[in-house]
Amino acid sequence: MLLAAIVVLPVAGALGAWFDRDPGRRTVWLLGGALAHLSLVALAWRFGPGAPGFGWLAFDPLGGLVLTLVSVVFVAVACYAVGYLRREAPRGGHAFVSCMLAFLASASLVALTRHFGVLWVGMEATTLATAPLIYDPTDRRSLEAVWKYLMICSVGIALALLGTFFLATAQLAGSGGPTTLMLPDLIANAHGLHPAWLRAAFVFLLIGFGTKMGLAPMHTWLPDAHGEAPSPISALLSGALLNAAFLAVLRGFQVVHAAGLADFARPLLIGFGVLSLVVAAAFLLGQENYKRMLAYSSVEQMGLLAIGVGLSGVAAYGALLQMLGASLAKAMLFLAAGNILIGFGTKQTAEVTGLLKRLPVTGTLFVVGLFAITGSPPFAVFPGQVVMLTGAVHAGRLWIALVMVVLEATVFMAMGASMLGMVLGAANAAPRPSPEREDRWLIAPPLALMLLILLLGLYVPAGLHQALAAAAATLGGGAP
Amino acid sequence: MSGSATTALAVVLIIAPLLPSLASRTVAFITGRRGAPLLQPYRDLVKLLGKRAVYSRTTTGVFRAAPIAVLATPLLAAALVPFDGHGSLAGFAGDAIAFAGLLALGRMLLALGGLDTGSSFEGMGASRELAFASFIEPALFLCFAALALTTGELSLGRMLGGAIDRGWAQAPASLAMVGVSLFVVMLAEASRGPVDDPATHLELTMIHEVTILDHSGPDLAFLLYGSALKFALFAALVVDTLMPRTGWPTPLAVAALIPALAVVAVLVGVIESTFARLRLVQVPQFLAGAAALAALGVILRVR
Amino acid sequence: MERTGEVLLLLVLMTDFAVLVTDRLSTCIRIMAAQGVLLGLLPFASGAAIGVHTVVLSLGTIAIKSIVLPRVLSWAIREAEVRRELEPSIGPIGMVVLGLVAVGVAFGVATRLPHAGATVLPGLVPVSLASLMMGFVVLTTRRKALSLVIGYLMLENGIYVFGLTLAGAIPLLVEMGVLLDVLVGVFIMGLVVFQIHRQLETQDSRRLTELRD
Repeated sequence: MLLAAIVVLPVAGALGAWFDRDPGRRTVWLLGGALAHLSLVALAWRFGPGAPGFGWLAFDPLGGLVLTLVSVVFVAVACYAVGYLRREAPRGGHAFVSCMLAFLASASLVALTRHFGVLWVGMEATTLATAPLIYDPTDRRSLEAVWKYLMICSVGIALALLGTFFLATAQLAGSGGPTTLMLPDLIANAHGLHPAWLRAAFVFLLIGFGTKMGLAPMHTWLPDAHGEAPSPISALLSGALLNAAFLAVLRGFQVVHAAGLADFARPLLIGFGVLSLVVAAAFLLGQENYKRMLAYSSVEQMGLLAIGVGLSGVAAYGALLQMLGASLAKAMLFLAAGNILIGFGTKQTAEVTGLLKRLPVTGTLFVVGLFAITGSPPFAVFPGQVVMLTGAVHAGRLWIALVMVVLEATVFMAMGASMLGMVLGAANAAPRPSPEREDRWLIAPPLALMLLILLLGLYVPAGLHQALAAAAATLGGGAP
Repeated sequence: MSGSATTALAVVLIIAPLLPSLASRTVAFITGRRGAPLLQPYRDLVKLLGKRAVYSRTTTGVFRAAPIAVLATPLLAAALVPFDGHGSLAGFAGDAIAFAGLLALGRMLLALGGLDTGSSFEGMGASRELAFASFIEPALFLCFAALALTTGELSLGRMLGGAIDRGWAQAPASLAMVGVSLFVVMLAEASRGPVDDPATHLELTMIHEVTILDHSGPDLAFLLYGSALKFALFAALVVDTLMPRTGWPTPLAVAALIPALAVVAVLVGVIESTFARLRLVQVPQFLAGAAALAALGVILRVR
Repeated sequence: MERTGEVLLLLVLMTDFAVLVTDRLSTCIRIMAAQGVLLGLLPFASGAAIGVHTVVLSLGTIAIKSIVLPRVLSWAIREAEVRRELEPSIGPIGMVVLGLVAVGVAFGVATRLPHAGATVLPGLVPVSLASLMMGFVVLTTRRKALSLVIGYLMLENGIYVFGLTLAGAIPLLVEMGVLLDVLVGVFIMGLVVFQIHRQLETQDSRRLTELRD
């Protein structure tokens, strides 16, 4: 019941906001929905893991981690949106809040479901719920971005549907129990699944959900959508949506791993991961648009996650830890970028200088974010990356560790060069009258996220460690 | 068996000139005209045979050989087709290729004869004739391939005479596609609409008519009869494919051929009057469509 | 029953080919509507047991794929006043050849696949793969934004045909969820197609090239 409530509550909020005549009250719906969702998720951690599933829904550590991440990022974005909506007209107009909450519902469905068909429906619903948030009919750049987002993701997701059907065929053609598409059934009877169909299923699931996750070479929609979307939406896409898609890939990997075919899946994950790293590093060098720069950094993060899971062992644990840290950091960076965009009115890196003088808090956040996202201590991404590198070395894949280190360094230099250029320097003449004081609603959410990253970097609570270890165990990994 | 085949061949040889005439008559009927009498082609043939051929000074023996080849090649090819629905007069494994080769030979000499006049005009007709042939022939070969695959036989007589029933039982879809494709090939080979317009005498639109423009007397009679016979050959292939008569008693099978050919001719007339003639650039697309249909028939069968 | 199913599958292939060679957008939409009807009838002829599930799925498919979606797309092109595919990069003959290659590969692959459900129509898998690949052909060769939507629909329909081999293993609610997602997706695409035209005065999706690195 609790699990159903987690999915249904945002839907109810979306409907409430849609039918509420007073535009001012819609932000109340948004904040209320976000906070209620977060508290329900906290309750789920208290009662969920031991409890039996509810129909198609079940709570497991892996899904729970993603769900919590989605919820936390959503609360931050919702708070930010309150301040944001005072300055900018929302994309999607009337439907803005409803679409946000609908996204929360569909992402929660993805995180909680144990049925592959429902997983697919939820995944496609996230695309449809977020498209109107990027869509601005008066701006052709936004049209182009939303068009690519819709087309590429829909086609990709369609392939994932085929992969889902292949999975059902693997159940049907094999000797493994009933054709239910339920994750527990699939894992319990994994060795009875037809191996050829299972392999095909994983390939299609990886390509399909990998498109949504932003793995190269299917990543082309990502920089456009993240670059053109309003900043809070970019934060939501990066911090929540990509992880939901990553979870969908992991669900497929869980089945393949249980069937003893992990050796088939790992090279694929590592291949896509390395390619994503290379592409991201190449496009980060000389990137002139700071929002697109952050977007390519997301491609790089997703590549790292794929590599981590592909390496398995302790690296899988590292990848999950990295997912938490990097998503929070990326959401924070996008929110800070939103403040820069409001203050400077441009997305061009070269036109932004003296950030620390003009917007001191945002400037500080931006610098901290740079170090956090590139894996410097003491922030949460650092332990994750160290664990992943250790995993690579332990697994005897020295070359992967080497590739990761080299490309990470490239990314750090590329991002550092352009971000420090923005932060330092003299404050030039303002192209747009800057607000006297930075709005509290626009400052508090990224600040809170930064504190969270710092805390997670210094200390991983025992409960979180157990959840990470349990989740990594289902992926063939272990705790360090 | 061979007796009925001979009878059927004789029947086809006799009624061949009727087919284009019947098609044109149908067009006339639909467009509200009376049209030429059905037996007019015979009168034309008799008249032409009684005349003397006129040859231009610039022409050589090639020009004179063309009508003979155009008459002889369908006559030879006719021996390979099972008109009675049971078997052909002659046949060997792979004779379908010989069938297509004979018709190609006739077409080549016709084109050379056209070029031999030295007229740019006939040259254009020859070039069109050959250009379209390069789309007709793949379609024809694909049809034969699909027939061979569905029936498991390699000679036309056995494919269409004996084993076609088995083909319909096993792969009806493939054979239906072959039937449609062969029909389109027939339209093109017989120079009927919407590929060609037998009634036109406007230089820019003529295809087949322009190539035979300079022939006269018995030569022209040979050409007219030869192309009518070609029409009949393909019409018979269509009938054999779509209406297998393997199980029928031979006299009935031979007798049924005549109304069946008439139906095909009327159908050609109906198509010619309902669809506008295709622009020259569209003809290859039309023929490629027929080839694609036959190819699909092959693919469905190969699996 | 099996004969009917094969005829339906063959007609599905024919409609795919028809889309490949048609450059008039309104005709393409009508062909897709016809394909929607064929897909709606297929569950009855696919050899699976017929129940409430079959009927609801069939009605839902016909309602969405042959009535609602064609209307949305027709609205988009009528308002945007576009008629034809602009100078297709590959002519009809080339498209047919590509389609034939797709069908050949599909049938070749399908015979080598380990047999799925024994009870269902054998033609479902190859036709599904062929439809999928022809959808990709349309997606990669056409330029108009609306043609890409049609390519996506072909792809989606191919996957739907594959889903029929599972014969009820997918719960009805999930199937309806899939249909609903496609409906909403194409609806939003139609809206974007319309706006792209308004903004760019042309629907050529290749002119959407401002965002690049």
